[in-house]
Amino acid sequence: MASIYQRPIAFAVTAAVVVLVGTLVTVIIPLFMPSTQPVKEYVKPYTAIELEGRDIYIREGCNNCHTQTVRPIRTEVARYGDYSKPEEFAYDRPFLWGSKRTGPDLARIGGKYPDAWHYKHMNDPRSMFAKSNMPAYGWLAKRPLDTSLSYKKTKVLGYGYTEEEVRRQIEEYRRKVTSPDYPAKKIRDQITPPELRDRLTEMDAIVAYLQKIGRDYKETQKGVVQAAAVETFEEMKNPYEGMPEAIEQGREIFQEKCSACHGPDAKGSIGPNLTDDEWKYGWSDREVFISISNGRPNGMPAWGQILSEDDIWKVIAYIRSLKI
Amino acid sequence: METKYDDWAVKGFAVSALFWLVVGLLVGLWIAVEMFYPKLNLTPWLSFGRLRVVHTNGLGLGFGLAGIFACSYYMLQRLTRTPLAFPGLAKFHVVLFNLAIALAALSLFAGMNTSKEYAELEWPLDLGVVIMWVVFAINVFGTLIKRQEKQMYISLWYILGMTVAVAILYILNNLEIPVSLTKSYTVYSGVNDANIQWWYGHNVVGFIFTFPILAMFYYFLPKATGLPIYSHRLSIISFWSLAFAYLWTGAHHLMLTPLPEWIQTVGLAFSIFLIAPSWGSVVNGYMTMQGNWDMMRTNYLTKFFIMGITFYGLQTIQGPTQALRTLTAFFHYTDWVIGHVHMGTMGWVTMTIAASFYYMIPKLYGREIHSVKLANVSFWIVLIGQLVYTVTMWIGGIQQGAMWKATNPDGSLTYSVLDSIAALYPYWKIRFLGGLIYFVGILIFIYNILMTMKRPTEGATEVATQAA
Ligand code: HEM
Ligand code: HEM
Repeated sequence: MASIYQRPIAFAVTAAVVVLVGTLVTVIIPLFMPSTQPVKEYVKPYTAIELEGRDIYIREGCNNCHTQTVRPIRTEVARYGDYSKPEEFAYDRPFLWGSKRTGPDLARIGGKYPDAWHYKHMNDPRSMFAKSNMPAYGWLAKRPLDTSLSYKKTKVLGYGYTEEEVRRQIEEYRRKVTSPDYPAKKIRDQITPPELRDRLTEMDAIVAYLQKIGRDYKETQKGVVQAAAVETFEEMKNPYEGMPEAIEQGREIFQEKCSACHGPDAKGSIGPNLTDDEWKYGWSDREVFISISNGRPNGMPAWGQILSEDDIWKVIAYIRSLKI
Repeated sequence: METKYDDWAVKGFAVSALFWLVVGLLVGLWIAVEMFYPKLNLTPWLSFGRLRVVHTNGLGLGFGLAGIFACSYYMLQRLTRTPLAFPGLAKFHVVLFNLAIALAALSLFAGMNTSKEYAELEWPLDLGVVIMWVVFAINVFGTLIKRQEKQMYISLWYILGMTVAVAILYILNNLEIPVSLTKSYTVYSGVNDANIQWWYGHNVVGFIFTFPILAMFYYFLPKATGLPIYSHRLSIISFWSLAFAYLWTGAHHLMLTPLPEWIQTVGLAFSIFLIAPSWGSVVNGYMTMQGNWDMMRTNYLTKFFIMGITFYGLQTIQGPTQALRTLTAFFHYTDWVIGHVHMGTMGWVTMTIAASFYYMIPKLYGREIHSVKLANVSFWIVLIGQLVYTVTMWIGGIQQGAMWKATNPDGSLTYSVLDSIAALYPYWKIRFLGGLIYFVGILIFIYNILMTMKRPTEGATEVATQAA
């Protein structure tokens, strides 16, 4: 009998069987295992607008520079937030975990900043971080959002919305971003051409999507973190109050981390003015420290894991120095 | 030469390969500059996120596949001593291929892309790609069935292995539901999609950047040197264990992600195992040269093949190493991996394809290579460019990983993400320089090949390059 090295068809069949063994064990069988498709109540499908935003994220290839999984590594959790859970991706088709982290991970970006921050950043990343190498995406605000396929998309993905519901979601979101009370109105108007200001743009959709990523999981964690953190900071005094060297260091940190939102002179932009007397969350050392360390609900990020305790005090010393 | 071979498709694919090589490298240089000079993101079509995909597809599918098809059609006929079974179909293959790649490039520029790495093409083009492979497979099997040579040589195993595996990989990973002509959603979700994607992603590397390149190595090295492959038994063992083990390892791209841990562990174990069959071929190549190492100096093609297989050897040590949990924790997502990628693609894949062309093109046209001297020059420039590129990315990746992990005594992070980006600018600039050097080397190679094609015959035939 001839060996398979003399019989091309037999050879090909054998080769197919050989490559199918590993395929079967490592990818086909897992398709049917619960551990690869866990379902949890708290994870909600994307709204039609968020989905359109996600499709723009895919179209522009954002995944070539941004990952969307936080790994269970201490410094990574400190930098980005809790590590990713398998159920969080139940509605992700395709998955967008990425393979290269040229920019930061985005798995926990939702709710980290206010909408205004994203409009400003997407429009011109270097206006906020001089050293960023991210492309500017201002042109997204100049393109109306195409929603003609939105319903069909949610249907293919099995999100279970009716056509009526999809229309409502789109109209609701349009009303939100075009309302005079929309907190990001100023910057949105600035970058959106007049004829599109009362319509949805691709920029609106991508901001909606960014605000969704990781948000469902964060909601489940909210109460826990807040409560724990406050207790730790009873009775606190700024050790650097009035020390010129520390104030200078605080200024540098402020310019790098805070000026994007609070303005280069701390007189406010996306975030509030820090040189006046209006302090929504109080202005004792302890209260300001908590605002910076834990963040505040309308978009102030929690800096506690990024800045050391000392650095936070120096920033506070700097802010205080502005008031006199 | 008793048998009359049909080499139109070989020549067609060879020229296509050179064309897409230039296009893909120009795009690579462009995105390399964008990394440190973001103003170059001039229009949506030229923004990094879209262009990077044009770069990877242009080189992997455009240049890589064209080179592979050219050499496959060439080897297939010589190893079977039979002309192509369907020469007309092979011509059609050349046309279809270039049409598909051109449309692929345009659609990726336009942002029509599925986001799954190396499977970015939208569904109509996926269909085109499948048809293209079927056309190729028909000729492979048709010619094999009609063949004059009883025994199938090693290179034919690798070509068959590629054909079978690519069919399985491509179809399974690209199952998608269309929403419109230019948009579809994959049928898999979340963790499963990730698992299938990287099973595919790693095996594209295996069955496109390894199998057919090994086919070239096993065929052209003995041809160029006149030395038979050292061990047939070693070839058999390497082939089957490589084909078996590759499919288990995709999860090393997903270490420490939400993928079930057992899949990661299996992927890691098989990745380590892969060193054995990979080095089987490396050792086979080295031992073939035993007693004839002077050919590194006297036969200009030897050093291309030996350097190529050496980078393959280094690549297959580095790959499994960076899959280890502690190392993946450090290197995953950094520029280190970009260094890994380009050692493989620039050092192994392009080096071996270039060497195969240097051997094959003069044969096809019945003449000698335009200039052995230029070939040597291209070798050194390509090598230097690649080393500058990869070593820079490794060092940059180490710095990046270290900055991501650095903490102050109180446990807070030392560096922001932006600090780590700013720190990488010098490396990205040197990488661009490396890419530029490499590109010059490639242009010399292309010039040499084109001149060989153009120059009229000088009476020399088959035997001529044997001694060169
Ligand atoms: C002039 C030479 C080249 C330059 C300047 C260049 C540049 C680049 C750049 C800037 C990236 C993106 C890196 C990042 O996202 O951080 C990249 C990725 C890539 N390049 Fe190249 N490249 C070159 C040659 C090649 C060749 C010859 C091939 C293949 C035959 C290739 C295949 C790839 C692949 C597969 C990736 C994706 C890597 C990944 O996703 O991890 N490149 N290249
Ligand atoms: C024994 C063989 C090999 C093993 C086990 C291996 C392992 C790996 C691992 C673990 C990664 C992922 C790194 C990360 O993201 O953290 C990787 C990426 C990669 N390797 Fe290899 N490698 C091998 C050989 C090769 C060869 C021969 C090539 C040929 C060019 C190659 C090309 C690539 C590419 C293109 C990527 C980037 C994929 C992406 O993220 O887009 N590898 N490899």
